[in-house]
Amino acid sequence: MPFGGAAGDWANSLLGGCRVLDLADLSGAVCGRILADLGADVVKIEPPGGESDRLQPPFVGDVATSERSIPWLAANVNKRGITCDLSSTDGRTLFARLASTARVVIESFPPGRLRELGLEEVLRDTIVVSITPYGQDGPLAHVPGSDLEVTAASGSLWLAGEEGRAPVRTAQPQSPYWSGMYGAMGALVALQSPVPQRVDVSAQAAMTTVHPPAPVWWDIANEDHGRTGPFLLGRSIVGSRFRNLWACADGFVSFAIQGGPIGRHTGRMLARWMGDRGAVPPAIAAVDWDRFDNTTLTQAEVDALEAAIAPFLRSLTKAEFFSEVVERKMLGYPVGDASDSLADPQLQARDFWRTLVPGEGLPPFPFPGGFALFDGERPAVRRPAPRAGQHNAEVYGGIGLDRRELARLEAAGTV
Amino acid sequence: MTEIATRPSAPARPGALAGLRVVEMGFAAAGPLVGKYLANFGAEVIRLESRLAADVFRTTYPPFKDGVVDPDRAGMFAFYNDGKRSATLNLKHPKGVALARALIGQADVFVESFTPGTVARLGLGPETLRAEHPELIVLSSCNQGQTGPHAFHPGYGSQLSALAGFVQLLGEPDSTPVLLYGPYIDYVAVGYGAIAVLAALERRRRTGMGCTIDLSQYEAGLQFLTPSILEFAANGRIPGRAGNADQTAAPHGVYRCAGADRWIALSVWTDDEWCALADLMALDGPATAAGRRAVRPQLDAAIGAWTAGRDRDAVVALLRGAGVRAAPVLSISELFSDPQLAHRGMWPTVTHPAIGAMHVMAPPFRLSATPSLQERAGPTVGADNDHVFGELLGLSLDERRTLERDGVFE
Repeated sequence: MPFGGAAGDWANSLLGGCRVLDLADLSGAVCGRILADLGADVVKIEPPGGESDRLQPPFVGDVATSERSIPWLAANVNKRGITCDLSSTDGRTLFARLASTARVVIESFPPGRLRELGLEEVLRDTIVVSITPYGQDGPLAHVPGSDLEVTAASGSLWLAGEEGRAPVRTAQPQSPYWSGMYGAMGALVALQSPVPQRVDVSAQAAMTTVHPPAPVWWDIANEDHGRTGPFLLGRSIVGSRFRNLWACADGFVSFAIQGGPIGRHTGRMLARWMGDRGAVPPAIAAVDWDRFDNTTLTQAEVDALEAAIAPFLRSLTKAEFFSEVVERKMLGYPVGDASDSLADPQLQARDFWRTLVPGEGLPPFPFPGGFALFDGERPAVRRPAPRAGQHNAEVYGGIGLDRRELARLEAAGTV
Repeated sequence: MTEIATRPSAPARPGALAGLRVVEMGFAAAGPLVGKYLANFGAEVIRLESRLAADVFRTTYPPFKDGVVDPDRAGMFAFYNDGKRSATLNLKHPKGVALARALIGQADVFVESFTPGTVARLGLGPETLRAEHPELIVLSSCNQGQTGPHAFHPGYGSQLSALAGFVQLLGEPDSTPVLLYGPYIDYVAVGYGAIAVLAALERRRRTGMGCTIDLSQYEAGLQFLTPSILEFAANGRIPGRAGNADQTAAPHGVYRCAGADRWIALSVWTDDEWCALADLMALDGPATAAGRRAVRPQLDAAIGAWTAGRDRDAVVALLRGAGVRAAPVLSISELFSDPQLAHRGMWPTVTHPAIGAMHVMAPPFRLSATPSLQERAGPTVGADNDHVFGELLGLSLDERRTLERDGVFE
């Protein structure tokens, strides 16, 4: 069982035997989460009392406690948790002992903080993944930033929104996920090298990777793309744009007039579907789908076709639309939300959902399973996110601290 | 150690993945960009492709250099396949399949992103390959995964980003959602795909075991939406569009500056930051974050009125000087002159045989000891046939000529 539930099974998992110390706050916690999913022994280290990001809303049951923050729980599943006061000498000594057992340390301090703490020497033989807004050096290295600012500085904010109106941000912050994912990729690349080294992740740079083909349009064609709202810049060679988001009876669907073999099939099936439900509008009936080429349509031609399609899509529910496009093998999907994901038959068939009991006294919830199947097996949700210091005795015991010593450090506020 | 070096110096040692060989078949972004990142760190990535069924990034996906539609002038291909080799093989020809199988047999990793079942029909499915080479790592990346009722449903990244729930979270509340510009979810799947391969390599180093990886781009994307899913699961609320509002920070928004389409983003997370902002802009507002969240529209209007006539970059400098988080909303063209990205070497310059001087994209993380190395743009079609079929497979010139005549290299 490569991903089995007990700690002992880690030896056979993908990253079994790889200990990771995770000092990162929510801007970098996803990095350790990914490594933990893959079987690494990830130990989350917080200051005594827990880190402040434990109070990031929203909360399970809308009760604002340090054990109910939804973004925090999501990013810290599968980790063990300990506390350690790195501002104290004892805490740093303790951390050094732990670090000697780890192959990777993840941190999201402002650049230079590790050096100030005197921890760089301690981490000489360790891969250090640093996740910061702009990276470890350069003109903006010491400029603070949150998800909004790094998204703005990456071009991805510029591209999202209605033309002429203010750019908009994805309501659930995305840069922590992109930064964490690239941090995990960097750590795993570094693990393949014989030399320990720094992995320097910039959230700004991470968000710069999310919006192809825009950089290529500038680099190759000198065109600076902007916001297009619900329209997709398709393959048009005459500059026409195509609506990709449409109102339906109970929300929105993603659909477009397209060319190519599958796009032509989609158009042909749409016409047949319209016929099945009543009448085919003249603008649609007039199209010869076998020869249809969307790349040369003028905007007026596109607009006429779209005007004929809009009332049809408005008459359908998301569920009706979804089952028919699947049945007819057409391109298109409903604009899903969290409730749709949980009901999706494809995800159920692939046994995607796992059960998470987020903490004592809380009910179980469905939770996304691992991101891929490895030899047919999906990485499990082995344990919920830890309480602050939940595994102090276990982890510190593992490096030879006895109960008396631990009690002394607890009394001194070190752990 | 005197320092943990953060600036890559001149590459003194081979890349972290030197010695690794990857064979890749697939199209567009979600599969091939996995190979790009592996190549950037020193892996030899051999892309097998055919003129008979060329990658959409080579044929229909603009832009093309000077607008000339040609597989070797395709911008997307050249930009996002840097560092790879290209060899052409006609997989409709049995000899083509045999050569592909021989190449994969020499490789550590095989990445494919076709419709489920395609490689198995060719005799290149993971079961077949790993029966001969149990230590091989095979990554299959596709829209919805290799199994399940929707496995064969056609789809692409922009629409899959809608299905997964990203689009639902983008836009003004109570209005039509907007797109994330491009096939956003594809690039999430790229990251997880590379991670999956690298983790399997780590296990192989330890145990000698290969791995068959089934990556659904949809499932990879949902990882990025875990908090939204959990909020629905735990609280029964479906997260939706919120404009630029944040659940904690206030103010938190994007504001118009002087000039056409010039904007700044700023956010206030602490009461100190609020005092600094209020002083700078002479704002009146509640002292607590909860109070400020309750009067968001008024605060946004007041800030917008202050920024409207002012120069974007001057405002950003003032705000940063005052200790307020702020950034310009950079356009795409500005990314290429941004000093911070330039400092990190985000856009290395390469020379492409058909396109000429162009940029490629560096990985967004830098390794201090084994930095990424980017010297070549995406290859032209079949650029490395001699190397791949001659040097790697040991076919003589005569053998290759015969195969060429038989259409095996089409």
